[in-house]
Order: sequence, then structure tokens, then C-alpha cells
Amino acid sequence: MTALLTLEHVVKAYPLARGRRDRGETATVVAGAPWGRARATTRALDDVSLAVGEGEAVGLVGETGCGKSTLARVALGLESPTSGTIRYRDRDVTRARGPQRKALARERQLVFQDPAGSLNPRRTIGASVAEPFAIHGLLPDRRARRRRVEELLEQVGLDPRHHDRFPHELSGGQRQRVGIARAVALGPRLLVADEPVSALDVSIQAQILNLLEELRRELGLALLLISHDLAVVRHACERIVVMRDGRIVEQAGVDELFAAPREPYTRELLAAIPRLPLAAARGSASAAAEAQPSSSSSSST
Amino acid sequence: MNAAPDATAVLLEVRDLRVAFETGDGLVRAVDGISFGVRPGRTLGIVGESGSGKSVAALTVLGLTRGVRTRISGSVRFAGEELLGAPPERLRALRGDALALVFQDPLSALHPLLRVGAQIAETVRAHRDVSRAAARARALELLELVAMPQPRERLDAFPHELSGGMRQRAMIAMALANEPQLLIADEPTTALDVTVQAQILALLARLRDELGMAMVLITHDLGVVAQTADDVAVMYAGQIVEQAPVGELLGAPQHPYTWGLLTSTPRLETPRDVPLTPIPGRPPSAVHPPPGCRFHPRCAFVREEHRRVEPPLEAVDGAGAHRVACLLGAEARARAWAALGAGATPEAARAAAGIEPVAAAEEAGRSPALHGRPEARSRSSCSHTDDAGLDAPRG
Amino acid sequence: MLRYVVRRLLWAVVLLALVSALTFAIFYLLPSADPAQLRAGRDASPATIATIRHQLGLDRPVPAQYWTYLKALVLHGDLGYSWFSQASVGSLIVDRLPATISLALGALVVWMGLAIPVGVISAARRRSWIDRLTMGGSLLLVSAPVYWLGLVALYLFASDIGRFPLLPGADSYVPLTQDPAKWFTSLIMPWLVLAATFAAVYARLLRGQLIEALSEDYVLTARAKGLSERRIVLRHGLRAAITPLVTLAGLDVGILLGGAVLTETVFEIPGIGSLNYEAIRDGNYPVIQGTVLVAAAFVIVANLVVDVAYRRLDPRVREP
Repeated sequence: MTALLTLEHVVKAYPLARGRRDRGETATVVAGAPWGRARATTRALDDVSLAVGEGEAVGLVGETGCGKSTLARVALGLESPTSGTIRYRDRDVTRARGPQRKALARERQLVFQDPAGSLNPRRTIGASVAEPFAIHGLLPDRRARRRRVEELLEQVGLDPRHHDRFPHELSGGQRQRVGIARAVALGPRLLVADEPVSALDVSIQAQILNLLEELRRELGLALLLISHDLAVVRHACERIVVMRDGRIVEQAGVDELFAAPREPYTRELLAAIPRLPLAAARGSASAAAEAQPSSSSSSST
Repeated sequence: MNAAPDATAVLLEVRDLRVAFETGDGLVRAVDGISFGVRPGRTLGIVGESGSGKSVAALTVLGLTRGVRTRISGSVRFAGEELLGAPPERLRALRGDALALVFQDPLSALHPLLRVGAQIAETVRAHRDVSRAAARARALELLELVAMPQPRERLDAFPHELSGGMRQRAMIAMALANEPQLLIADEPTTALDVTVQAQILALLARLRDELGMAMVLITHDLGVVAQTADDVAVMYAGQIVEQAPVGELLGAPQHPYTWGLLTSTPRLETPRDVPLTPIPGRPPSAVHPPPGCRFHPRCAFVREEHRRVEPPLEAVDGAGAHRVACLLGAEARARAWAALGAGATPEAARAAAGIEPVAAAEEAGRSPALHGRPEARSRSSCSHTDDAGLDAPRG
Repeated sequence: MLRYVVRRLLWAVVLLALVSALTFAIFYLLPSADPAQLRAGRDASPATIATIRHQLGLDRPVPAQYWTYLKALVLHGDLGYSWFSQASVGSLIVDRLPATISLALGALVVWMGLAIPVGVISAARRRSWIDRLTMGGSLLLVSAPVYWLGLVALYLFASDIGRFPLLPGADSYVPLTQDPAKWFTSLIMPWLVLAATFAAVYARLLRGQLIEALSEDYVLTARAKGLSERRIVLRHGLRAAITPLVTLAGLDVGILLGGAVLTETVFEIPGIGSLNYEAIRDGNYPVIQGTVLVAAAFVIVANLVVDVAYRRLDPRVREP
């Protein structure tokens, strides 16, 4: 599998405000003084190296403050790393600017966690989905653009008639679909989804996860799925990266990671997940065979 | 887990509780006839999503939904005393004392400008005649009880200075201040990391055992319920659709919504290659719920009569504690679940249960059962989500 | 924190210098009455005017004048001398300051004393007749110009000209040290008139803030704890709602200390505001400079106090 996006020894540091009590979270934000003084910094990303291949689904998991959201922003070029390199298809794009940066924006897109917050409430759905075309000067003909937007809406399972509706008229799940439609509008090669289902009802989550899977297959997308929920990531991804305090703790193929986690932290994460009794799990016969050696059915912490 | 079912009297008894709000859009029936009981030392898990009415039910038990535009009927008995018509003073005396509530998001549930210790101490002083110093000492004791790291320092901390887990411990400490007989926890771990969630759940279980408290745990996560609850009630659209001891519910779930919850969430216990089966459509409007069985627009096993007749909540087999509100027969359900449990699609399960697929609903936009095209399955299941109905209010 | 305060004070100095330069520039560069002429009087000869101009130093280039001024101020604390009364500007200001301070601080007490209870009751009894009454009344007061209110008050209640003589009329102010009782009664009307608009605005603001605070999750928690409604409104709600009022009050007082011109003029109170007004009328540049500088200093200090206080009131705000 050819590497699509590579991060090499990426460090992202933020200066710490003076006197700020560190709660143990690494992704704290700036409050600089006008004088340029050397001050304590906190590393949101501490020497992270990661590769996503063409069409590959990689899951990024970790707890609050581990740096996964920062990693997403850096991977998308929304923030520049303090040091390290980012390569897209083997080209160094760490400090991409101007037209190169814009071109890259077509290749890698983001699906946000909060479907309501990521859509402009004063714009119609159609306008929001069409915006990427306008920004990149594509499809100037209004009718062609509208047709394309309606195609996209259908592709994500929405009635094209929603084109002229507003976000508040849609449910959370529908809004998330709109966000996805907008993200794939330009035909990116890499989709970064930052907690795409966390804000949704449980019964809707599966709809969105299935949709992402379908689109991935149809469009040959690579997916970087960020979630705090290991079960979601296990279901949707081929490879898992576990982060903690700005570092990658463990990286492995999904089956391997869940069957035989190597790091204590990974094991801790797995052990903490509440389990159903096996009889309630689907495919229970094969599930029994797959049961992890280290799992315990009731928490003992 | 827990000892054998307690034979003592039911501590909290809710009968046919109905809560409706008059709004500009119509009458919102948030809770529409639910009944359940909780005994001392036992935990009831209430499972539901947004619009199920679970949070409104919890708040109503404590009398926190009373208002000019609220219509409440039914009965809520706590230790034999009827709460629904009780004078406000009486309820205030019970709240924070014998009845306690823990909320979902401790960052917004704790006062941002008051110190944590002070917030705990004021709960004590609201119900007990003690000095400030004594209340403060009790606050420290409570922080130690909930295993707050460095409790002495945390007494004077502000909520934003604590991590999510610590804040939730503080909320629990506050709820336990006066040794409640019943603790209602509304999604207490949803906002927390999974390792912290495990710790908090373990803490709640330990406290329940140590203090002999009854607990109602509201959540959307069946795994959480599996781990901490003795009995479970599944709520949908303001009603209880299934109710049973936890082992029975998870071992032999009876209601298609429960099946939907089990098959649509990715679980570590399920093999990776078993696809997720989403529940099509979305939760119904609380102002205009569907006629007949409220789940029927989203149910793969719907029959003609389900659209007209509201299923009563009945025991699955004679005397049992397992009750379900579904018009399908027990046998059909058993076969359907057996198929679903083995990884079959809902269509296959339906066939296995011997249920004929029904023609699409005439109502504009109401989602019928899944169509048969497997490759377009998930997409088509989602495309009928638009309806002009109003979204149900959260909770 | 200390570093922060020191840094702000240094900036304050820079700001004040800027203010004085700006004031200088405005009065010299914009057309207005010639002070030498005003000083000389109507029938003065051109020679007299020229002499006076030379005496006042007005024939020197503007930057030179400014430099002289600045030197005197920084090195000797000398604000110059009034062109009309030979008194030093500094002494004039010091003489008039107590009156302004009495007026401003007294008004503060009155308006907060009115606004807070009214705001709390209106919020707690939302949409009741009390609420509608107070909010309607406040709207009325906000629309009423302060000098109009002052004149109406005098017309009604002044002991010399009023219909219902209750309180001392205009020009009855005496310093506190001289006659406390008279000081107090002479300020009652000015306080009420000055406080009226502020009370209205603050009551509305508090009501809005408190309604919002009472709909927050932490208030639901407080109810779930079984706290009394009174405690919830006052300790939980008010505590959260009052912060913007305190900071706003600090700023408003800072501005008022620079002189509540209209009130002082209507009631003929010898404060900084009326001093400023007279100086502008007379073209008395040194006095204008002095009063503007003092007013600016008060505002700057008020800003600093408010910023520091804010952090004490809301611990979530970062260490500045």
C-alpha cells in the first residue's frame, strides 16, 4: 500500500502561560506576554510518526488530552508542526503555502464532531455543501453545481429536497451526513473524521459509520478516524494507533491490537470498557472463540 | 455482583407516570405512562436515547419539572409517601437528603464561581443543623469517601481546576452528603474517558453496597447497564418497551428496539466482520407520536395491526419479571433474535420468524421496514429519514 | 499579578502623555475663540491683546509650548496657572475634587442600591406585574435626559423655587467637613437624578443576567440539593450574574469622577465637571488641560481596578 500521508517525528508545542496550573492535560493553549521570553512549553504532540496509506482506514484512539485532535489538525495542514515533517504522496508539505496549500485542501478534508456547530445556521444545506466548489472556483454554472450538490446529498443518504432547508430543520444524524457530503464534495483522497459519531444518538451512530464505510469503498478514500471509543474504531478501521500524552503508545493491525495488546496502557483501555455478557453479543458462537484472554467481565478497579 | 433480591418493601414506586409540556408546537408528551419500582440496595438501569423521556422521568421524581405549563399525572411513591402532589417544602426537604440526583456534565452542573467544598457543605447545612466547621469537616470526609485525590486541597478548588473525573467525584460526594436512600444518576459517565468511567462506576457500586442505597442509573450504554444494574427498563418515546432483570434482558431480549440497540452499536464482544445494523429512521416526535406501537415506523418486524394497536407492557411468560410491549408472539420473537444474534440481517431474521414484510406506510415520509437490496441497504435505510414531524425534546 | 499591575501603570503613563498631547493639539489646531482676546476683554486694543498673548506664551510655536508644559508637569507636578484667576490649576482641581467625589460615589451607592433589588425581584418574578412595572419604568428613566430630570426635580422639590419645597435647591452644596447635614441634604436630589439613568440600565442588565444564570445547569443542581429558593437566587444566581455589573460600575464611576458635567451644572455643584465647563467657555486652556488629564487618569485607574477585580470575581479567567 502506497503511503498517502506521512507524519515524521512531528512535534507540536504550545507555550504555557505563567503560573497556570497544569491539570495534567498536554494540549493547553497559549497566553503569551509581549516580551519574548523563554517559557515552559507543553507538547501536544511529542515525536509522532504515523502513515496513512491509500484507501486505508486508520483509527486514532486516546483519552482526553492525548493529542489526537491536535494530530488531526496538523495532518490536515490547519496547524504547522513545531518540528518534524509532513509528506503527502512523498512531497514535503510541512510548510505549504498559497496555491499549493489550496490544492492540498482538495485532497484532505475533515468531518467534524459537532454536526450543529460545523454548519452555518444562516445558510441552506445546499449552500453549505456547495461552498467548497465556490472556494476552489469549480462548477461556476449554477445549475450544474446544484445538480452536483443534489447528487452528493443522495450519495450520503439524504433526500435532495433538503437542498433548500436550514440546519436547524434537520436532525443530528442528518446534519452529520451534510457535513460528510461537504467533505467529499471535492473528491479528497483522505478524510479525517474527528469523533464523527460521539454527538449522535446510539441508534444513529451505526447509520453514519456504515455510510463512512460505504463511501470509503465507493470513492477509494483513506480514512483517519479519531475516537475515544475503541469499539467504534475496531469496527471501522484496519489499523489502530493508541495515543497518550502526545505520544503514540502502540500501533498495530486491529485484530492484533485487540487480541494481543502489548502495552500496559492499551490493556488498561481495553479492560475499562464495559462488556456485555456473551449471550447478548451477536455471533456469540464465534464471539466465544474470539474472547480475549485478558478480558474481565466486571470491573475490578 | 449483588446478593439475592431483597424481600423488603419497594422504596421507590412509580405508577403510570405521565409528564407533558404545553409548548408553542403542541403538547409534548415526554413521559407517557411508565411504571417501575426500586428496592433498597438494588440498581435499576434505565436505557434510552434522546427523546425517550428518561431524564424527564428522573427530574419528575424529584419534583423538578413542576411548572405552569407542565401536566403531571400518575403516582410516585417514595417510602410509601406520595410525591406528586406533595407540597414544595416537603419535596425540598427530601431533595439532597433522602433523594439525591447526579447529573451528566459536572462542569456545567457545578457552580463555576463557588468552591467545591463550599458546594458540598451547603448541601449538608441545608438539611442538618450543623456549624460551618462541622459541614466543612463532613465535606472533607465525603471527598475521601469518593476517593478524590488530595482531598484537602480540593476542598477549596474551583470546578474548572479539576479534571472531569474529579468533578464527577465531587458531584457524587455532594449527592451523598446526607446519606440518601435513593440516588438517581443521569448519564453520570457519558462525558468521561473510558478509564475514568470504569472508576466512577466501580465507585458507585461500592458506595451502593456500603451504604445500602438504592440506585437508578440512566444511560444509553447497554454495557454500563450490564455491569452495574440489577434490573433494566428500556425506554422509547416516553414509554417503557421492555423491563427485566439484567441477565434476562441481555440473555433473551424481547423487544425489537432492544435488539436494535444491541446490534447497532459496535461491541468488543462481537466479531469484527458482523456488520452493524442501524435502526433506520429517527426517534419520533413527542407531540405527534406514531399511532399504535410507537416503534413501528422503524421496526423490521412490523405487522399491519402494529400500526393501529398500542401494545401493552406484559409479562413474557406468565409470572416472570420480564415484561415487554410488543404484539409479536414470544415464539416469533425468540426466532427473530436467534437469527439476529447469529449475525443475520433483519430481513433474514424476519423471514426466520415467519413474518411477512408489510407494504410501505402511506404516511408521508414515515420510514417503513428496510428494503431488500443488500448493497444499498444502509443507504436506503437512511434516506427515509425526512419527515415534517417535530424533533422530540432531549431527555 | 504584581508584574501585571506594574506593566499597566507604565502604560498608564504613556496613555496620559498621549491624552495631554491630544488635548493640546485639539485646542490649538482647531478654530476657536482666541484666549488672549477673551482675556483682554471686548474693547481691548490690538496692542493689549498682543501683550497678553505674549504673556501667556501663545506666540511661541505649539510644540515649544507643549514641551514647557510637559516639563513643568513632570518635574514639578505643576499643572500651570489659570489664565483668569491666577490660581494654580492644581489647587483649583483639588478644591473641586471633593464635590465631584461626593456626587459620584453617592450616586453609585444609590444606583446599585436601587438596581440590585429591583433586578433581582424582576428576574425572580419574571413576567409578573412587578416585573412589567419596573422594566417599563426603567425604560422611561433611560430615555430621560439627566439635565431634564434635574430641572424637573428642582422645579418640584427645591426649597427656593419648587412647588413642594422639600430639599435644598441649586447652589446649596457645602463640603462634608463644613456641615455634614447640609452636605447630605444638598446632594440628595443630585444623587437621585444622576443615579436614575444608571439604576435603570443596571436593573435591566441584572435582570437579564440573572434570568440567564437561573436557567443554568448548576441552578438545577442547587434545586436538586434541596436548597431554599432564596439561597438559590441570591447565592447561586446573583453571584454569577453580578460580575458584569461590578465591572461596568467601576468604569462608570471612573468616568463620573472626571466630572458629571450636566448634573453639576444644573445643581450648581462646584465640582470638576463644572470647572471643566467653565474653562471651556472661557477658553482657559491650562485648566482644560488639567481637568482632562485628571479625568483620563481616573478612567485609566478605574480600568485597571476593574480588570484586577474581574479576576477575583471570576476565577476561571486566566492569570493576566
